[in-house]
Amino acid sequence: MKGKSRQDYWKANIRLIATLLVIWFIVSYGFGVLLVEPLNAIHVFGFKLGFWFAQQGAIYAFLVLIVVYAWAMNRLDREYDVEEQ
Amino acid sequence: MDIQLLTYLFVGGSFVLYIAIAIASRVGSTKEFYVAGGGVSPIANGAATAADWMSAASFISMAGIIAYSGYDASVYLMGWTGGYVLLAMLLAPYLRKFGKFTVPDFIGDRYYSNVARTVAVICVIFVSFTYVAGQMRGTGIVFARFLEVDVDIGVAIGMVIVFFYAVLGGMKGITYTQVAQYCVLIFAFTVPAIFLSIMMTGHILPQTGFGATLLDAAGNDTGVYLLTRLDQLVTELGFSAYTSGTKSTIDVFFITAALMCGTAGLPHVIVRFFTVPRVRDARVSAGWALFFIAILYTSAPAVGAFARVNLIETVDNTAYESLPQWFRNWENSGLIAWTDKNADGEVQMSAGDPFQGAPVYTGERGSHGERLLKRPHRQSR
Repeated sequence: MKGKSRQDYWKANIRLIATLLVIWFIVSYGFGVLLVEPLNAIHVFGFKLGFWFAQQGAIYAFLVLIVVYAWAMNRLDREYDVEEQ
Repeated sequence: MDIQLLTYLFVGGSFVLYIAIAIASRVGSTKEFYVAGGGVSPIANGAATAADWMSAASFISMAGIIAYSGYDASVYLMGWTGGYVLLAMLLAPYLRKFGKFTVPDFIGDRYYSNVARTVAVICVIFVSFTYVAGQMRGTGIVFARFLEVDVDIGVAIGMVIVFFYAVLGGMKGITYTQVAQYCVLIFAFTVPAIFLSIMMTGHILPQTGFGATLLDAAGNDTGVYLLTRLDQLVTELGFSAYTSGTKSTIDVFFITAALMCGTAGLPHVIVRFFTVPRVRDARVSAGWALFFIAILYTSAPAVGAFARVNLIETVDNTAYESLPQWFRNWENSGLIAWTDKNADGEVQMSAGDPFQGAPVYTGERGSHGERLLKRPHRQSR
């Protein structure tokens, strides 16, 4: 692999992880902890929204994050041709 | 058939299964022993990771602590699953790419230093021993309960069984044993959760039943949400509302952070990522693992809430003689105690410490047949 594209690959990798970790922080620490009080004023079905994020929503979001990560990284590997055979 | 015999059959059967798998997948090489020859499929590896990762704490006690502390227990739910995200995105793929089996190997090579490697080995041993101590205690409690032996003997029995199939099958045997364990574990956890949900709310999924309205004894919709009812019940008894908890925001934030960092470093979970053929498969299996974990982790808070409502509604203001059988069973095994402070023969629940520490019994029975307590209780609030 050429030096240029190796750097690009690493940058794209970092950008992806940073984006996902921002979302990771927002759904758990944001919605589940720091903003739990204001969000609890909103009711969705029988849930207070903040409580729902802390006990259900954050876990669903984590699952989506991991799936997106696996999918995006595998695509990136193919794009930059660093896939293992 | 009585319940004791059924328990022996089920537990005995599952151990026979695990050991049969271990024998069937005996290993012949070092690589097979440590990382199952790197040839495990991502879904199987995901299930094995989930079984490995969900320890005694998740399976035996988490729903209980959620039922007990409500929102405060969210730290375990977010902390443990969130830590897994860190592990899967920041640590595991890179270690896997590097191609060594253990974290100390990586540290030693990366920093060209055997001192660094030694420090890492000491850390891993320390982490593992601390972790195994907790797990073994859990194993001991389970064996003690069903074989009716001492906890120490239970720990010894558990260790012998685990040692036997780990030595025999190495990582390969453990991987397939854990796939089987995951199936047993998730079946045992979700079946009661689903039936509780159907009985209390009419929803098949505990995850939606958690936010649904309660049914009355005849099966008619009461129109009151489970969580609303629960908040009302616990506040009437003097506890703080189930959905808001008592810990300060800063406590919740940092306990969650600590649990996340701890989870991200679990050595036995990291090594799981070496058992699949390619990095690509390691990522996919991380996704499967969290999916399998999430099934239990999203059911547990629902079970907690169902159990708390059920506990209060069946126990509070009920005469001791007409309590359900489980109360007597738990009392006999020292998990629960009752003191009749106002001498009316009924159980009244309220917030505050009924006695100091764990219940200590005098060995005598009171006028209603309850086990009398040794330690004097404090003034009730």
